[in-house]
Amino acid sequence: MISKLQGKNFWLIILAAVLAAFPFFSDSRTMTILLTQIFIFAILAMSYDILLGYTGIVSFGHAMFFGVGAYTTAVILDRMEPTLGMFILSVGAGMLIAGILSFIAGLLTLRLKSHFYAMFTLALSGLFLVAAEKWRTVTNGNDGFTFRAPELFQDRTMFYLAALGCLVLVYLILSRFVASPMGRVLIAVRENEQRTASLGYKTLHYKVTASVVAGVFASLAGSLYSVSLRFVNTSVMTMDITLDALLMTIIGGVGTLIGPILGATVIEFAQHYLSGLARDYPIFERWIIFFGIVYILAVIFFPQGIVGWFRQIRAKRLGKREAAIRAKQPVLKAKAEENG
Amino acid sequence: MSRLLTLENVHTHIGQYHILQGVSLTAEEGEVTVLLGRNGAGKTTTLRTIMGLNPASSGTIHYDGQDITKLPTFSVANGGIGYVPEDQAVFTTLTVEENLKVAMRKEDEAAMARQDYVLTLFPDLKKFWKKEGGHLSGGQKQMLAMARAFVNDNRLMLIDEPSKGLAPIVIESVMEAIREMKKQTTIVLVEQNFSMAAGVGDTYTLIDDGKTVQNGRMEELVRDEELKRTYLGIA
Repeated sequence: MISKLQGKNFWLIILAAVLAAFPFFSDSRTMTILLTQIFIFAILAMSYDILLGYTGIVSFGHAMFFGVGAYTTAVILDRMEPTLGMFILSVGAGMLIAGILSFIAGLLTLRLKSHFYAMFTLALSGLFLVAAEKWRTVTNGNDGFTFRAPELFQDRTMFYLAALGCLVLVYLILSRFVASPMGRVLIAVRENEQRTASLGYKTLHYKVTASVVAGVFASLAGSLYSVSLRFVNTSVMTMDITLDALLMTIIGGVGTLIGPILGATVIEFAQHYLSGLARDYPIFERWIIFFGIVYILAVIFFPQGIVGWFRQIRAKRLGKREAAIRAKQPVLKAKAEENG
Repeated sequence: MSRLLTLENVHTHIGQYHILQGVSLTAEEGEVTVLLGRNGAGKTTTLRTIMGLNPASSGTIHYDGQDITKLPTFSVANGGIGYVPEDQAVFTTLTVEENLKVAMRKEDEAAMARQDYVLTLFPDLKKFWKKEGGHLSGGQKQMLAMARAFVNDNRLMLIDEPSKGLAPIVIESVMEAIREMKKQTTIVLVEQNFSMAAGVGDTYTLIDDGKTVQNGRMEELVRDEELKRTYLGIA
């Protein structure tokens, strides 16, 4: 499974190069903004995949880390000079806070069985949402506040490239992470925690590490998201964000890293076009209902997600080819014997 | 010879159920101790209790002179006890290579040498080196599960029903591997197939309704028709 990650890097480099060249060949501002959103949510979904896909942890509180990143960057850029240096500092600060927070939350909650853990993260995330709403002096509550992005990012193309760069970097880091001995243990934990413990692993440590890694990269996505809007309010901490990450991961294919990127692409495009159809067809004013139906159908008919579905087809083809080779072997052997 | 493992009057509860109600056994260093008994007697729970997967509610477990009764599973394993659970328990989405690597406490020269040795015991695994565990046959999975426990320098191996659900020809190669392993480590084996158990076992512990009924040398049990009929249903 892990070794399969290496070979496809060539195609990913080509894809990244095409995406990097896109704004220089297209003058569609809408498409540039949409692709930027896809890059950001792909980072969030990949971070969620570390939890769900690689460690088997279902969290309903992932938006908390996204929100921490969004608010840290927004508050620092709002209160300090909005320079590139300050942006980088704010991203680092957000990741640090999210890392500490996910470490503490993980240590407190990951001893619990999976469904209790999911409920606990939901409660914790709700607590942070309420805190953000009530701490008006800093967050301005649900009204939120606007702030200035660094001058470099005033240019949408530059921010697009920065978001793409972050996506590629996060993908490479997480690919390395899941292919490392640590990644192997996480997969083992996902498959059977007791079996992993009986090999001598203190599984709680590995689960907390996965939680920290996921929290840190979710915070990065949050920082980028707030800069893309140049606005932040408490919606960055709502359950909707966690559900988006969850569905992007499931629709793309859990435990694949590339799947969440595809999932983010499909969902962001679907959201964009379904809501756009409302201009011509009033029924699509309720596009969220159609979206819900798409989700249900996807989970019923593609439980392994897009990547899982493609892998299944490839495995079937390989299986048929192997069977065909096996079937031919006695014939070839007989011919060889005939020929002496 | 010295006692490597001793269980004294061990009781284990799983939820509200009192599964082990007084299991006592000893495993001498360098020997194969076979746990025998009917289905549901408590053999698997005994192994799981030694590993700390179902902690003992009372009684004591001593390994190499140390009390390990209350130790968590990972500490028990790191103390040098390898565990091969029943039902060909491999990591299905990891390849054969990754299954062995994840089991290694250290990826040093000694571990690699042990891996090479394990591959001589189970040459099939080399053929399917890059194949995911879930795509192996039942026999190959069992071999991988045993190989995984053997890549570390474990002094004691707990092996749970290695022949369960396997074809006779595969069972023979699994038993052959256990005989080889016996030269290097102490084994506590749960095995339903009495003739297989008698073929590799030096001593036995007979468990019935969660209690130890009898301990002794395997050759004595082979001769004791009454005991075999009463507790193992062998006529």
